[in-house]
Amino acid sequence: MVELALPKNSRMTRGKTWPKPEGAGNIRKFQIYRWNPDDGENPRVDTYFVDMDTCGPMVLDALIKIKTEIDPTLTFRRSCREGICGSCAMNIDGINTLACIYGMDEVKGDVKIYPLPHMPVVKDLIPDLTHFYAQHASIMPWLETKTNAPAKEWKQSIEDREKLDGLYECVMCACCSTACPSYWWNGDKYLGPAALLHAYRWIIDSRDEATGERLDDLEDPFKLYRCHTIMNCTKTCPKGLNPAKAISKIKKMMVERTV
Amino acid sequence: MRFLTDRKRAEGKGAAHAGTGHHWHMIVSGVGLALVVPAFLYIFGSTLGQGRDAVLETFAHPAVAILSGLVVVVGMQHFRSGVQTLLEDYTHGSTRKVTIVLATALSYAIMATGLFALAKIAL
Ligand code: SF4
Ligand code: SF4
Ligand code: FES
Repeated sequence: MVELALPKNSRMTRGKTWPKPEGAGNIRKFQIYRWNPDDGENPRVDTYFVDMDTCGPMVLDALIKIKTEIDPTLTFRRSCREGICGSCAMNIDGINTLACIYGMDEVKGDVKIYPLPHMPVVKDLIPDLTHFYAQHASIMPWLETKTNAPAKEWKQSIEDREKLDGLYECVMCACCSTACPSYWWNGDKYLGPAALLHAYRWIIDSRDEATGERLDDLEDPFKLYRCHTIMNCTKTCPKGLNPAKAISKIKKMMVERTV
Repeated sequence: MRFLTDRKRAEGKGAAHAGTGHHWHMIVSGVGLALVVPAFLYIFGSTLGQGRDAVLETFAHPAVAILSGLVVVVGMQHFRSGVQTLLEDYTHGSTRKVTIVLATALSYAIMATGLFALAKIAL
């Protein structure tokens, strides 16, 4: 259901301002969302100052520098630092993106960093993605076949393989789903752009033999048809993918088997 | 407290196997409206400033009356489906059901009123 105000215990408060690094000439200000489940306090925004002359170019570089040199309690996820694992997804300067491939030169003024929107927060910049992952699992993200497995391999033509381009590259970062207003209001039932992109990836896989069942499982006013082609998902995807297009292709297939 | 697995929560009650009819209906009625509304607006605009008798005469013409009837019927069906989607987006539970019933009733009431007015003018 639409919620226009934050619950009382989620309202933001002014946080701590950390001291500026001494002797640094090229300083940048970071405003970062903090919330600790253990202290019983409301979330706050802490202010940090980073010496850019000794910092790498990406937002993740600055976060790691803050954690290493200023405040070791700052909590965030990261692993690959090259846009492959999808774990450093957060809201930077109002945009859901991957901190490791988002250059600080793309941000004008102070760098404001929040967790992905409209998700429960585990701590600081870490959202709880349990439901998001369970929704992904529910679309059966694997090859389903009924024919006996061939002796060697399931064959796929080059043309059919190319149909998976723009889909298989998804790193499940959740930037798209958490940018989608429909997912904000009805994320309990609406599968959201990421899970639907994956659903389409298996629907159009020429080797998969569960196309009908997959479409059956998606045909629902909430699971699929909450998408209103608002396109926030496509606009924000840090991997340049187009979940909105994949969703519209699923809808087209639904119509084709009816009309 | 409920000990539901994450997967059970994600599956919910399963797929309703519905929604495609609604989706297709929105497309068809949308295309229909794109055709009839401009023609209706043109005729409606050309009657602005005319006297009552001239306006009634225009809308009594069979082609104009049928076109106006289509705008009312298709328009209100499109409105009903669209508002239903909107209410499903923004409301939950009983509020959702009651507001959908009210919006449906309003759509049919407007449709019936429009058709009655047209019948009175044209017949
Ligand atoms: S196109 Fe669909 S999935 Fe993407 S943001 Fe809009 S409503 Fe959400
Ligand atoms: S489609 Fe893009 S934004 Fe969405 S989960 Fe995949 S990589 Fe992330
Ligand atoms: S750290 Fe892996 S995507 Fe950013």
